[in-house]
Amino acid sequence: MLRETDMDEEKAKRSERNVAVRVERLRKTYNSVVAADDVSFDVHEAEIFGMVGPNGAGKTTTIECIEGLRRPDSGNIRVFDLDPRRDGYALRARIGVQLQQSALQERIKVWEAMELFASFYSRAADWRALLEQLGLTEKRNAAFESLSGGQRQRLFVALALVNDPELVFFDELTTGLDPHARRAMWELVRGIREKGKTVFLTTHFMEEAERLCDRVAIMDRGRIVALDTPENLIRSLGAENRVVFTVEGPFDPQPLCRLPGVTRVETIGERIVVYGRGDMVVVEVVNALASKRIPFRDLRTEQPNLEDVFLTVTGHEMRD
Amino acid sequence: MRSLWKLTCMEMKLFLRDPAAVFFSLGFPLMVMVLFGSMFGNRPIRDLGGKGFVDRMIPGYTAMVIGTTGLVSLATVVSSYREKGVFRRQLATPLRPPVILAAQVLVHFVMTAAGMAILVVIGELVYGLRLQGSLINVLPAFVLSSLSIFGLGFVLASVMATARSAQTSSMVVYFPMMFLSGSVIPMPLPETVQRYAQVLPLTHVVNLLRGLWEGGAWSAHLKEVGFLAGLLVVCVIVSAKTFRWE
Ligand SMILES: Nc1ncnc2c1ncn2[C@@H]1O[C@H](COP(=O)(O)OP(=O)(O)OP(=O)(O)O)[C@@H](O)[C@H]1O
Ligand SMILES: [Mg+2]
Repeated sequence: MLRETDMDEEKAKRSERNVAVRVERLRKTYNSVVAADDVSFDVHEAEIFGMVGPNGAGKTTTIECIEGLRRPDSGNIRVFDLDPRRDGYALRARIGVQLQQSALQERIKVWEAMELFASFYSRAADWRALLEQLGLTEKRNAAFESLSGGQRQRLFVALALVNDPELVFFDELTTGLDPHARRAMWELVRGIREKGKTVFLTTHFMEEAERLCDRVAIMDRGRIVALDTPENLIRSLGAENRVVFTVEGPFDPQPLCRLPGVTRVETIGERIVVYGRGDMVVVEVVNALASKRIPFRDLRTEQPNLEDVFLTVTGHEMRD
Repeated sequence: MRSLWKLTCMEMKLFLRDPAAVFFSLGFPLMVMVLFGSMFGNRPIRDLGGKGFVDRMIPGYTAMVIGTTGLVSLATVVSSYREKGVFRRQLATPLRPPVILAAQVLVHFVMTAAGMAILVVIGELVYGLRLQGSLINVLPAFVLSSLSIFGLGFVLASVMATARSAQTSSMVVYFPMMFLSGSVIPMPLPETVQRYAQVLPLTHVVNLLRGLWEGGAWSAHLKEVGFLAGLLVVCVIVSAKTFRWE
């Protein structure tokens, strides 16, 4: 518990820091499609800011307006006090960008791409170290077209960091990465923050948003529908913890219902789900089962997570 | 400037790594010259004013290089970079958009010049070219011709929706032009065909290069210069209005 509070305070302190990106009333339409509608938020310096949302929610549109690659219909965007449309070149010298969709020349080699992109900036990181960090050293002589999806993704992340940017955008950071590469990428992103730099990422993995991001914005149909730390978002849901286990034979849920903190008990065949609030619910349930000598197996607890928040605030159905 | 240099060098390497591009820009015109050269040789022919067959045709083969490189290759590269998102990625850096396009023009110009140089060197070594025109006249004509045809390539890359359609349309434009302009076919074309050929840019390229290469004066080629310069201006305007990065 104490650690949790510490972390919250730490995050609160971070959020008092300077603003790296300020978006005010951003609106962007494509013909009849409203991709971003009255979007306003700040990204603070030295935080990992995440944006999640269903397909077509407007994440890429928003991020590319901030990068100066798309022209908003209206609204105000400042990045380090620069206007992405007016001061685009100055801005792009200071930021790093990994686009959701892009490519390199088919026959360009990994090291050539790194060297070429490094030459576009006056400030450059050590690109050999970046390749090493992203596990691409062995592939340095491979042509872009011969790389696998995940290797391409890692190369694009390396390219986004080639100018040692103060602020880096990752649009779908870990799409296409295997679990190892994903964990390694999280470490890399945390390392960027430790150096006092800011990360703005989008993701479809709720676990990633929850574990990696200091603050998360949930976007749906062109609007930001929630924005807070993952902990606060989950807490605001007011959802119960669940204790799930399996019993054999007949089971009477009544005694469990009367336990302190328990709100209700669901029986689905042999599977029992106990809903409750507070951290003592698990202990109460286990004690009750033991004292009544009810044999149970596969007991686990489920906390509400960002996925629940996501599903609640964006609705359940798939759409586009 | 450093970015332009680096990008141009890289694109040059990539061009040379593409066997099809190298073959069609550098190898194919050479093959045509050697093929016809081995058939007809380069003995002086009275009808050609004492020049030989290869002397007569080398400006046409140069026009062929300009066409394959400037029209087909340029349109294909530019439209496929757009379609795949190569330009998108480059625009997310501090690179200026004109630098990205200038690199393509430079690479294709250098390759076109290399294609011409190969023809001239091999032509000289094997057939002993007799060309009276001075380099001071031929080179500006070559530059003007290249840029006009590049302009056409850019227009195709701009107005065609996909890389595939840009490539196809560049070939549809190029191949008939190659045959009708007199750039590869040694004999004079029928009167009517010649009249139609007057609307083809490559015809003017062939006539301009041939005239100056054979020692003619600029004043005798105002029509070609006017046509190609006009084409260049129109193409620049049209591509500027229609070019899309993605
Ligand atoms: N270039 C474009 N032209 C027309 N419509 C577009 C364009 N880009 C995006 N859209 C539309 O705008 C809406 C938002 O798209 P956007 O790419 O911003 O969503 P996203 O949140 O990034 O989705 P995803 O999770 O699938 O990447 C979608 O309805 C999409 O169809
Ligand atoms: Mg997207």
